[in-house]
Amino acid sequence: MPATPEKYLEVQNSDEFSRLRHTLRRFIFPTTIAFILWYSLYVLLSAYARDFMAIKLVGNINVALLLGLLQFVSTFVIAWYYSKFAAEKIDPAADDIYNSIDGDRRAPSSTTEEGSVL
Amino acid sequence: MFLAAEASSSTSRTLTITLFLVFVAITLGITIWASRQTKTATDFYAGGRQFSGFQNGMAIGGDYMSAASFLGIAGLIALYGYDGFLYSIGFLVAWLVALLLVAEFLRNSGRYTMADVLAFRMRQRPVRTAASVSTVVVSIFYLIAQMVGAGALVSLLLGISADEKFLGMDAGTAKVFTIILVGALMIVYVVVGGMKGTTYVQIVKAFMLMTGALVMTLMVLAHYKFNLSTLLGDAAAQSGKGAAFLEPGLRYGVETAGDATKTFYSKMDLLSLGLALVLGTAGLPHILTRFYTVPTARIARKSVLWAIGIIGVFYLFTLALGFGAAALVGGKAITAQDKAGNTAAPQLAQKLGIDYLGGDTGGAVLLAIIAAVAFATILAVVAGLTLASSSSIAHDFYASVIKRGNASERKEVGVARISALVIGAIAIALSIFAQSLNVAFLVALAFAVAASANLPAILYSLFWKRFNTAGALWSIYGGLLSAVILVFFSPVVSGSATAMFPNQDWHWFPLSNPGIISIPLGFFFGWLGTVLSKETDVEKYAELEVRSLTGHGAH
Repeated sequence: MPATPEKYLEVQNSDEFSRLRHTLRRFIFPTTIAFILWYSLYVLLSAYARDFMAIKLVGNINVALLLGLLQFVSTFVIAWYYSKFAAEKIDPAADDIYNSIDGDRRAPSSTTEEGSVL
Repeated sequence: MFLAAEASSSTSRTLTITLFLVFVAITLGITIWASRQTKTATDFYAGGRQFSGFQNGMAIGGDYMSAASFLGIAGLIALYGYDGFLYSIGFLVAWLVALLLVAEFLRNSGRYTMADVLAFRMRQRPVRTAASVSTVVVSIFYLIAQMVGAGALVSLLLGISADEKFLGMDAGTAKVFTIILVGALMIVYVVVGGMKGTTYVQIVKAFMLMTGALVMTLMVLAHYKFNLSTLLGDAAAQSGKGAAFLEPGLRYGVETAGDATKTFYSKMDLLSLGLALVLGTAGLPHILTRFYTVPTARIARKSVLWAIGIIGVFYLFTLALGFGAAALVGGKAITAQDKAGNTAAPQLAQKLGIDYLGGDTGGAVLLAIIAAVAFATILAVVAGLTLASSSSIAHDFYASVIKRGNASERKEVGVARISALVIGAIAIALSIFAQSLNVAFLVALAFAVAASANLPAILYSLFWKRFNTAGALWSIYGGLLSAVILVFFSPVVSGSATAMFPNQDWHWFPLSNPGIISIPLGFFFGWLGTVLSKETDVEKYAELEVRSLTGHGAH
């Protein structure tokens, strides 16, 4: 169930939420810029640096093919690293904030085992 | 030359049709089962939000890997070598945009459609109308490309030549019949099975496609003793293009000696295409709605990870298939069947079957399997597109704009079903009308519109506090119109031999792909519209931001 507008404003302005937003954005925005630049570099090389791309490395495998395969590798690595980063740095903080929103509305004693009146 | 052998061709044809009918029977069975499980609006639009990360990852793959990416990319690689590979890389890298910037936040904030997120803190009616228009436009473009493609494929895959009758139909009638059949099946999947049925169709198709591609890839690699370099060398030699086959420039960014302007535009076109491919995926409505079919944002993340794995591996397979077809079938034999190279993969299947599975019969069997997989591929994609557009018409336009949020759930789902029927009928009619026109550019156009109109609005909505109704409208309509107008005046519509209307010429825009202009325009319009309007809803943005990051209050 959604909380009240005041509650969301309060959460949005809280230090914890600012930290979460900062951690997340500091990862996703630079990473996005980086992989788009990396991909653009690859496309630009394909368009304008054809002699370079045609250099043969091993047998018939040339720079163009290697760079193309590296795009696959970088995509897999970024995806894997993001999931690791999110599980470690984002999910726990997001859960804490999530629980704190509901916690304030419910009786405080019901949220934690230790705080139980029983 | 391969399909000419009379006996094997007829065996293959019967087998293709049988296998395809088996696929249809299985998927219809699933659809009927799914319809019994579909009771609420959440069931119809979002498959009950009960799919696992792996299931949804497979379904995303099934939704995304269209005939254009299976037959199309394998064909591009077979004919143009390296440049076909370039295309598939854009399709894959695009998934990082979806993973990092869109999937989780959309899952947390929205309910059934893209517009749920766009309209979250805006005035509902205008924004939902705009989102609905853009959803339907993107889906219809994509649908027509797929269905016309299906019509063209049937005579190629079944090997019906121009002067021959098949089941009492000539090649032209068979084409129209296929378009109607594909359209009718997709309508049934969506109307009867909703998101649940459609998702299972996509999962089954993804499984078939991956298996088929894997088997062929292994056969090609085994033929070359797992030596990639030998395969490439043989492909270059047999393609008839030599060393250039393994280098960029045969298809995209072609250099015309002595014509600097033409060369310049050709290279700009390559950059423009690359940009639209990478930024378009995360704005495709039928992809976005897939994120709603899982219980939480974290499972949405997991499903994108699976999708990246599945799609990435698939494109690596197409690399082997494309180069394998060039090497084993040869450029000449491929263009003799189809100038665009769409039959490269099926021809390779036949060749591999003849060589390794006991002669003509083996060839016929493998050809039939791959042809049936290709039809299954088309069906799963068009069903996803039809579902996304009918959901938007019912949930955004009918329930929010016409009924101002006062429609009953039952009524809304009823409208969604009727919309699916209408969209399907329109797509069939337009595809029959367009069947003799060259509409291959429509897939790239759908990506360009998604990147120019939808992606700016989604990203601003999620991450820019100041964004407002005017900004959303400006970015959607601005991006949509820029992309469509530029394409209308481009050489793919008129003024070139391969245009939709080759005998007319009203083109003034030099590029085939509008992305490099229309995507920045979409972002610019979104910014301009926003700053020109005073509206901001601070409270709703607080709710949207907290919800998108933590999942609090998510459906």
